[in-house]
Amino acid sequence: MTEKVLEVKNLDKSYGKGASLFQALKDITFSITKGESVAIVGKSGSGKSTLMHLLALMDKPTAGSIAIDGENVRSLSKQKLDLLRNRKFGFVFQQFFLNGSSSVLENVILPLKIAGTENFERNNRGLEVLKAVELEDKAKSKANNLSGGQKQRVVIARALINNPQIIFADEPTGNLDTTTGETIIKLLFSLNKTKGITLIIVTHDPDLAAMCDRQVYIKDGKLERITP
Amino acid sequence: MFRSKVRTILTILAIFIGAFTLTLTNGIGAGISNYIERQIGNLGQKDVISITLKPADALPDNNAPDKYDPTRQSDASSGGFSDVLREKDIESIKTISSLSEVEPTYTVAPDYISAANNEKYKIISSFLGGLTKLDLAAGNQLNAATENNELVLLEDYVSVLGFSNANDAIGKKTIIAITDAFGTQNTVTANIVGVQRNGLVGSSGTAFNTALIANLYALQTNGLPEASKNKYGAATAKINGEITDEKITEVKKQLDSLGYSGSTTEDALGAFNAVIDTLTLVLNAFAVITLLAASFGIVNTLLMSVQERTKEIGLMKAMGMPSSRVFLLFSAEAVLIGFWGSLLGVLSAVGLAQIVNKVLASQFLADLPGLNVLEFSLMSVLGVIGLIMVIAFISGTLPANKAAKQNPIDALRYE
Repeated sequence: MTEKVLEVKNLDKSYGKGASLFQALKDITFSITKGESVAIVGKSGSGKSTLMHLLALMDKPTAGSIAIDGENVRSLSKQKLDLLRNRKFGFVFQQFFLNGSSSVLENVILPLKIAGTENFERNNRGLEVLKAVELEDKAKSKANNLSGGQKQRVVIARALINNPQIIFADEPTGNLDTTTGETIIKLLFSLNKTKGITLIIVTHDPDLAAMCDRQVYIKDGKLERITP
Repeated sequence: MFRSKVRTILTILAIFIGAFTLTLTNGIGAGISNYIERQIGNLGQKDVISITLKPADALPDNNAPDKYDPTRQSDASSGGFSDVLREKDIESIKTISSLSEVEPTYTVAPDYISAANNEKYKIISSFLGGLTKLDLAAGNQLNAATENNELVLLEDYVSVLGFSNANDAIGKKTIIAITDAFGTQNTVTANIVGVQRNGLVGSSGTAFNTALIANLYALQTNGLPEASKNKYGAATAKINGEITDEKITEVKKQLDSLGYSGSTTEDALGAFNAVIDTLTLVLNAFAVITLLAASFGIVNTLLMSVQERTKEIGLMKAMGMPSSRVFLLFSAEAVLIGFWGSLLGVLSAVGLAQIVNKVLASQFLADLPGLNVLEFSLMSVLGVIGLIMVIAFISGTLPANKAAKQNPIDALRYE
C-alpha cells in the first residue's frame, strides 16, 4: 500500500461575503501518493493556482480538510505550518523570483537561511544542489547574469536544497523557450524518478500534463475529471 | 539596505545631521555650564554661606518704606542697604552648630601693592575673604588658619610687579600699604602663595587670607572711636559636613530664627544657571526637531524598500519564514541606519569641537582661559546614540509591520 503524501477532502475556497461571494474552488476531493507526478490542469482563471496555494499551505481553505503525510493540517499553528513548508516543500515558480543582485549560491541557500542552518552546512548543501543541476561553476555569479534556463535551474536547485517531499511547480516553463523548457522538464522528472520527490505541476499546457503520471482537471473551480 | 546605496546613504545623512546638531548643542550647554561651575569656585565654595541681618521689614515684597528701628544701624559700606552686624551678632551666629569658621567680612581698602621692582600699583581687596576656591594659574590656595599674611595675586599683576611669569611670583614677598583714620599710611608684608587666572567673575579683587585682612583692618580702623569699630556689613561661615539641599535649607531656617538671612553662592548664581539651562534645553529641542524630520526619512526609505522587496518577502514567507522574523529583518535595517547616522554624527561633532575649542581659545576667548565652549562626556554621547537608535526603531515599525503582514500569495502575484 503506497502512502498518501497529500489528501484533500471536500475543499472549498471562497472570497467575499453575501452578494459579492466568489467561489474559487468547490468540493475538491483527491489524493496524491508518494513519488507521484501530478499535473493540475485548467484554463486561466479555473482555480488551479488557488488549489496549488491551498495544497502548498500558503492559504487556508474556507471548508474541507487537507492532510499531509496523514496529518490533518487544520489544527496546526502558524509556526508549525511555516516549519512544515520550510522542511517539506520546494517551490518552482514561473517568474523565478530570484534575488538578481545576490550570487547564485546566496539565492540557492535561502530556504536553509530561513531554517537557521549553519553557514558551513548551508554552503555545502548549496554547492551540492548546484552540482545536481550542473551549475556549480556559476555559484559566485550574480543571478541576474544568467540566462532564463539557467535561472530556472537555480530555482530548481533552491527547491531541492532542503530535501523536500513535494515540489510544487507553477507553470515552470512559462517564461522559457521550447528547447530550454524541455531541459527543465527533463530535470524535474529525473528528480522525481531518482529521488522519489512528489511532483505537483500546475499548468495549462496539455503536453506537459501528459508527461505526468496523473492529471487533475479543474474547470470553474470544480474538479472535472482525473486521468488516467 | 545596500540595494540602493544612494537612498540608504541619503537617509543616513539625514540622521547624521540630527545627531551632529544634538551633540553640539549638548556640548555647548555642558561646556558653558561646567565653566560656570568652575567660576563658582571663584566666588566661593558650595559650603560657604554669606550672612546678613534679616531685612527689618517682615514683608520684603512690600514697597512701602521701612520704619526706623533705633536698635539697628545702617551699614555704610552697603550704602545703607543692609544693617550692620556687630560682635554680638557674630557670637549669636556662632551658636549654630552646623556652622564653623564664622568670620565677619571686613572691608579693607588698601592703597597700593609693591614687590620686587618697587613699583606701586593700586590694589583692591576681594570681598570674598579667604574661604574661596580660586581658579589658579600657579601655586596654592590661601590658608585661612595661618597667622602669616598671604595673598593670591591676580594674573594681570604678575608682569607689572616685576615677575617673569606666574611661577616666578610664588613665594615672593609683597608690601601692602593702607591708611588709618589719622591719615597715616602703614604697611604690612604679605607672601604670594598663588596666582589667579583671569576669569569671568570675581576677578577684580585680589584675594587676601584671613590673617592679612584682619591685620589690614586693624590698621585701617586705627584711630577710630570704639563705636565705629567692629561693625560689619556681613559675615561668612562654613557649613559643616555633607552639603545637601536639605542641610542648606535647615541652616537658613536656623539663621532666620535668630534674625539673620543667609545666602549661598548657589543662590547668587541660581538665576544665571537657570538661564543657561533653559538655553541649552531650547537648543536641544531644536536639534531633536531635526532628528524627527530625519526619522520621517527612515520611514520613507523603508517603505520604499518594503515595496521593492514585495516578491522577495512573499517568497521567503512561502518558504516558511515567520512574520515575526520578517518584521525583525526590516526593523534591524532601521536601527542600523540610526546607528551609523548617529555614530558618524557624534564623532564628527566631537572632532569638530576639538578644533573649534582651540580656535576660540586662542582668538576670541583669550580673556577667558579655561573655557571649553564645547564639552562632552561619554554618557551624553552614548545617550545621543541610544536615543537616535530608539527613534530609528520606532520609525521602522510602520514599514516593518507592513512587510510582516504581507500575504505571500498576493506578494508573489505582484507584477
